[in-house]
Amino acid sequence: MSKKQHYTITVNGKEEEFLAEPRELLIYTLRERLNITGPHIGCETSHCGACTVTIDGKSVKACTMFVAQADGKGITTIEGIGGPDDLHPLQNAFKEHHGLQCGYCTPGMITRATKLLEENPNPTEEEIRFGMAGNICRCTGYQNIVKSIQAAAAEMSAAKEAAE
Amino acid sequence: MKDEVDSREDRVANLKGMGCSRKRVEDARFTQGKGNYVDDVKLDGMLFGDFVRSPYAHARIKSIDTEAALKVKGVLAVLTAKDLEPLGLHWMPTLAGDKQMVLADGKVLFQGQEVAFVVAEDRYAAADGIEAVEVEYEELEVIVDPFKAMESDVVLREDLVAEDGSLPDGAHGPRKHHNHIFTWEAGDKEPTEEVIANAEVVAEESMYYHRTHPCPLETCGCVASMDKVNGKLTLWGTFQAPHAIRTVVSLISGIEEHNIRVISPDIGGGFGNKVGAYPGYVCSVVASIVTGKPVKWIEDRMDNLMTTAFARDYWMKGRISATKEGKITGLHCHVTADHGGFDACADPTKFPAGFMNICTGSYDIPTAFLEVDGVYTNKAPGGVSYRCSFRVTEAVYFIERMIEVLAIELNMDAAELRRINFIKKEQFPYTAALGWEYDSGDYHTAWDKALKTVDYEGLRAEQAQRVEDFKAGKTRSLMGIGLSFFTEIVGAGPVKNCDILGLGMFDSCEIRIHPTGSAIARLGTISQGQGHATTFAQILASEIGLPADSITIEEGDTDTAPYGLGTYGSRSTPVAGAATAMAGRKIRAKAQMIAAYLLEVHDDDVEFDVDRFVVKGAPERFKTMKEIAFAAYNQAIPGIEPGLEAVSYYDPPNMTYPFGAYICVMDIDVDTGVTDIRRFYALDDCGTRINPMIIEGQVHGGLTEALAVALGQEIAYDDMGNVKTGTLMDFFLPTAWEVPNYETDYTVTPSPHHPIGAKGVGESPHVGGVPCFSNAVQDAFRAFGNRHTNMPHDHWRIWKTANELGLHD
Repeated sequence: MSKKQHYTITVNGKEEEFLAEPRELLIYTLRERLNITGPHIGCETSHCGACTVTIDGKSVKACTMFVAQADGKGITTIEGIGGPDDLHPLQNAFKEHHGLQCGYCTPGMITRATKLLEENPNPTEEEIRFGMAGNICRCTGYQNIVKSIQAAAAEMSAAKEAAE
Repeated sequence: MKDEVDSREDRVANLKGMGCSRKRVEDARFTQGKGNYVDDVKLDGMLFGDFVRSPYAHARIKSIDTEAALKVKGVLAVLTAKDLEPLGLHWMPTLAGDKQMVLADGKVLFQGQEVAFVVAEDRYAAADGIEAVEVEYEELEVIVDPFKAMESDVVLREDLVAEDGSLPDGAHGPRKHHNHIFTWEAGDKEPTEEVIANAEVVAEESMYYHRTHPCPLETCGCVASMDKVNGKLTLWGTFQAPHAIRTVVSLISGIEEHNIRVISPDIGGGFGNKVGAYPGYVCSVVASIVTGKPVKWIEDRMDNLMTTAFARDYWMKGRISATKEGKITGLHCHVTADHGGFDACADPTKFPAGFMNICTGSYDIPTAFLEVDGVYTNKAPGGVSYRCSFRVTEAVYFIERMIEVLAIELNMDAAELRRINFIKKEQFPYTAALGWEYDSGDYHTAWDKALKTVDYEGLRAEQAQRVEDFKAGKTRSLMGIGLSFFTEIVGAGPVKNCDILGLGMFDSCEIRIHPTGSAIARLGTISQGQGHATTFAQILASEIGLPADSITIEEGDTDTAPYGLGTYGSRSTPVAGAATAMAGRKIRAKAQMIAAYLLEVHDDDVEFDVDRFVVKGAPERFKTMKEIAFAAYNQAIPGIEPGLEAVSYYDPPNMTYPFGAYICVMDIDVDTGVTDIRRFYALDDCGTRINPMIIEGQVHGGLTEALAVALGQEIAYDDMGNVKTGTLMDFFLPTAWEVPNYETDYTVTPSPHHPIGAKGVGESPHVGGVPCFSNAVQDAFRAFGNRHTNMPHDHWRIWKTANELGLHD
């Protein structure tokens, strides 16, 4: 074990300051220190994506990033994407199109999908499948996840067009 | 009043009852990150426990030194078998009638076995503590091959050999060798041998159904909290059978059952992994008692893959006989079952090889014999049903491969061979040669629909052309058509022959109707993604005429839910779903009396209509279920108790037998072994359909798990007993990139004995999918002399098959 250091991270818009060992993985900082339990742990080797968060505009697997590496950065988790009063279109689409079953991969899946749609607002099915390949789901076989993302993309594009 | 103007159709739609694709009520919290899984449970002063695990697959433990570990900052205790022994908890009973070490008692039998339990203030301190525990091992000869185990002098389980060297009977009868566990037989041996000996055509094949793992995205874990003030133990955990866990904990700990509360919170997928009882649960409970604080234990992915709940590992040898015309006359199957170091298979007590005796499949086979030998090796214990009813995936894979091999032997089309051997519609209920009574089926209709939809003849013509083109050097790609027709056996099960640790496999539902016409229902099962909160409310809505949206479904808390055997083996709908319907009917029976009283007519003069009781012949005179519910609480009705509640414990009279027809079209690159699934058609008949959206989702998921198993997923060992596939780097879980779109279809043949005719569906796609994917690969090479190759058909193995067939020359 090593000496505790002082870190500041901003999670879902809220600045958090604390002392932690540099070896602490970001996923534990979020889940155990800050009680943000939306991101989950599935493999601790970056394969499954259950822990996906957004850090400074990029999708990151929080299970393989040390808290020291996240110091000073801004982090968005599923809790910052939408809540009961302001659901993100993806959150709604996953329900409408049965894009989840046990729900364990869902926070990471939706968090990743928000980035995918930012990077590519009108993805083809192939682009969705490729863009989501870092997130594993054991229940759905992905077919309805793809459908959910397509539906959200269409809804978001339509809303954007209407706004312009 | 609104009710009076709504059409009957509107009133039906308003209920969101059976048959509609109701959106899931679970999803709001899951999509917002507000699920509550066991690792989300956080209690004041909670500690974290984790295991020192054996690096060796077979070794004697010479010493365990915990002194340095106890000095590590944050470490509070280190438990070893010596600490558990005075409590009688260093070993625990398994579900299969064997016993298993909780912590290594003198030796280890598989890599990753639990040796010591470090209890610390947090995960990091526990990991530091584990590093500091010093264990001295003496390596022993490792056996990972069950055939060698049966010949070896090396005794894996000294505890099962008497002092004079004799072998006491095991839980399932006499043992043939010190590494032998049981022999289990079904059917008629002599007649089967005779039929096969005199048959016109016999096909023989040996096949290995490799070891794999259910690998749900959430690993196993628990939080144990012993409240010493009131003497109550609360145990949260990833339990597919919370009530059974409570009983087991009570039996092995001596804590009275009323003082134990087991809670299964949200579960991140189970697929069989979370049925068994694991050392982590026992150690957490002991650690909480020792420290007086709550203790959490959560597996990491390596722990999960290496130690809890493998599946399959069946070496199957088959002989199938037929007439020249292809009518099957007999089937013989021998299985050598690798159970690892302890027999911890999760099967009903009387079925040490599960329902492997469904291996005559969907075919009218007059004579059959099955013999299974269970064997100990230096591998992890488990033997769970990975997304299938007990060993049914193995059984269906076996028969669907034997059919293909027989088709080759007969030089016959495999679809036609199936058709001429199917059990006919009019033969149901059908008693199979190995004993099961199939409740219902219409296989020919399903098969014809499937073949027609995919244009089977057109596909065969295209395949023949492809072979020609390949031989002419015009393409390096081959085409495989995978066929599979499966019959599942689910809904365990009738108490007369199905129990786990002596607990009958009934299930239950308890309903309370609230005065204002909403309700709560509690069941003995527990959802792990199947959507019980959605679908069970639909069953009830149709049964009691209150909207599904007004019905809360609760499961998983043994202090509040009625006793049941949990969720696995597609048993929730067949058993708890039946209990739900039956409890609903009790509610309705009382409601009828209340309605009659309110309408001032005789009980027999009212009838149920969607959401109300109406006076026969006078539909304008009615009382809605909502009005009846209120009356149950505010009127003194002569001869009727106040309130509106019911409970049903349902003991199913038989299993249910869902079936289906699957067809896979696959292109295979001969030079790389890469497979491309061009089309997958899945027709399922699960009887009455409760929620088509959820059924479709279950089929997609089950097929994807089947794809994984058939095309690459395995738990592989080297000769030293090292697990070669202990992380998701090596253990294949398909991503969105590897998975095709599936076409789903259905027929409906209701179960005649189930109250609503439902049969269960969650596991069918896995059971039928594995042979379908495998048959597609094997069929691609049939024209070049391939008969059988073992799964998993990863790129390397497919390339090897092509190479051995001379296709690279």
